[in-house]
Amino acid sequence: MNWEGILGAAARAAVGRDAVVFCLAAIGLNMHFGYTGLLNFGQAGFMAIGAYGLAVAVNTIGLPMWIGLIVGLAAAVVLALLLGVPTLRLRADYLAIVTIAAAEILRLTFRSVALRDVTGGSSGLTQFARDFYTINPYSSGTYGLWLVRVDERVAWVLTVGWGLVILLSLMMYLLMHSPWGRVIKSIREDEDAARSLGKNVYFYKMQSLILGGVIGAIAGFITSISSQSVQPDTYSTPVTFFAYVILILGGTARIFGPIAGAMIFWALLSLTNSVLRAAVAPDGPLPGLLSGTQIGQVRFVLVGVSLMLLMIFRPQGIFGDRKELALDER
Amino acid sequence: MSDSLPPTWVDDVDASPGSAKPDPVLTVDGVTRRFGGLTAVDVEHVEIQRGAITALIGPNGAGKTTFFNLLTGFDKPDAGSWVYRPLTANGDGHREQKLNHMGAHNVTRAGVVRTFQLTKALSRLTVMDNMKLGATGQSGESMFKALIRPLWREQERQIEKRAISLLERFKLIDKRDDWAGTLSGGQRKLLEMARALMVQPQVIMLDEPMAGVNPALTQSLLVHVKELRADGMTVLFVEHDMDVVYDISDWVIVMAEGAIIAEGVPHAIGQDRRVIDAYLGAHHDAPLTDEEEERQFAEAQEVLESEEQVQ
Repeated sequence: MNWEGILGAAARAAVGRDAVVFCLAAIGLNMHFGYTGLLNFGQAGFMAIGAYGLAVAVNTIGLPMWIGLIVGLAAAVVLALLLGVPTLRLRADYLAIVTIAAAEILRLTFRSVALRDVTGGSSGLTQFARDFYTINPYSSGTYGLWLVRVDERVAWVLTVGWGLVILLSLMMYLLMHSPWGRVIKSIREDEDAARSLGKNVYFYKMQSLILGGVIGAIAGFITSISSQSVQPDTYSTPVTFFAYVILILGGTARIFGPIAGAMIFWALLSLTNSVLRAAVAPDGPLPGLLSGTQIGQVRFVLVGVSLMLLMIFRPQGIFGDRKELALDER
Repeated sequence: MSDSLPPTWVDDVDASPGSAKPDPVLTVDGVTRRFGGLTAVDVEHVEIQRGAITALIGPNGAGKTTFFNLLTGFDKPDAGSWVYRPLTANGDGHREQKLNHMGAHNVTRAGVVRTFQLTKALSRLTVMDNMKLGATGQSGESMFKALIRPLWREQERQIEKRAISLLERFKLIDKRDDWAGTLSGGQRKLLEMARALMVQPQVIMLDEPMAGVNPALTQSLLVHVKELRADGMTVLFVEHDMDVVYDISDWVIVMAEGAIIAEGVPHAIGQDRRVIDAYLGAHHDAPLTDEEEERQFAEAQEVLESEEQVQ
């Protein structure tokens, strides 16, 4: 087997576009689920509304890209308000139901034939991020270290993406080590206790939902800008669940949880894929055992099994604290 | 028996339901709360004396906790109002403030804080963070100010100072950096009381503060509750343990089936006919004779037969 090729692919996946996008999505979910205890099952919807806000503003309306970014963020705030106003006073599971449905409604609306002139229907919109690439400071060529070599366009996307990850993680650190973060965590532990101590729980939950949703929209920006296209089916329900897997893998309510989770998750997917492909190749140890499409499915089985093992032997995730997790069982 | 002498105001107050108090901090009027066909709370009028320890007792299902929930904004009444009369900041007078239609957090900010029957320690926060959370009016609790530490660092230091002195008083100072979830049941009760004091309330409402606490700790909790009164706070508490009620309360209010049926000083209340009836049933001391039993059985039989005939 070509181990250098296999490891190279895994390393590229660990720092690649998917890793950065899902890392951002998981940072938003960490705000919701990890710190506040809000069950948002519609992070894909926040990503979609960010991406479409940008693409529709630039392509359909003809606004400059920087205004498109503001439109995307504003749309995420509006979505959070729409979801939060009716549900945040109710029990936690109502938000879960409403968010998972809203994300699907958004996806189906964006791909509807009636809106083809606005959102491009099922084929989506393209070429709305030229302004982003015109300010690319990298001249053409390849960049990177060791096995990870990328062209100047990908290098620019990854620089901005990981830059945002660092910036937002720093922001989360400051927030969570402040009195605001203390109130947020107390809501996760017991809403009524927080209310009995004079905290406006509804207001804080709304702030958390908006903040995490806006971070989700930023993940949508990176997704759409990197490929210069938005397509409705990019933002389907499994996206939300991958983000949850990444968050739990890395450790919930930990600043580094989403970062480690995203890198490991995508490296693992790439690793299982390449190893399986090498194994069933004509010169491999198991020639012809699996077809190409079967490999795609079997690798998810393997990733699922390794996640189960993780939950059995390290339920707190990579960065979590097992003693802290055990407090819930008392 | 209380180690201090009983307060003098009790001599001037009628021992009857809804009696007027010389200086009420809370005045409740016509509060009802129904759950479907069941009337859980139906309180015509009650006043809570400022600076006193008032016990709220009654058999299970009397509506004590629901009444607590209503007064503290955790539940909404079908009808009724209550007025809170806090002392002004300089202490020479008092304001009047309606608390009905106020959310729970606003009731707390007004100065009426409560604890819960099932202790609500915030498990995955440290004991110190539990305490600091209790302080009201923190500028660092705004999302934008939270990002700029210098804006709230000084206030945080003041809050920490207050938290430390309370933790010392409640003998939890050694636990300050432990997760609250690692505390024992009794320690959680102490923490919850100390945390409520961080709010700097004028009225503190304790829902079964002694439930599930071992006898040694009960004594220490009793001392703490008396200290609250010594500090000028009004204490209203729900309790089932009559020894505790006799020991610390200045005044006792008895609820049954949602209504207030009796009020009085602790030792008189135990003799009150209505109270005994409410707890034990109206005929508790009159065992049924054989003839009486047979007569009741025959009556029931008749009713059943007549119903069958109708069908």
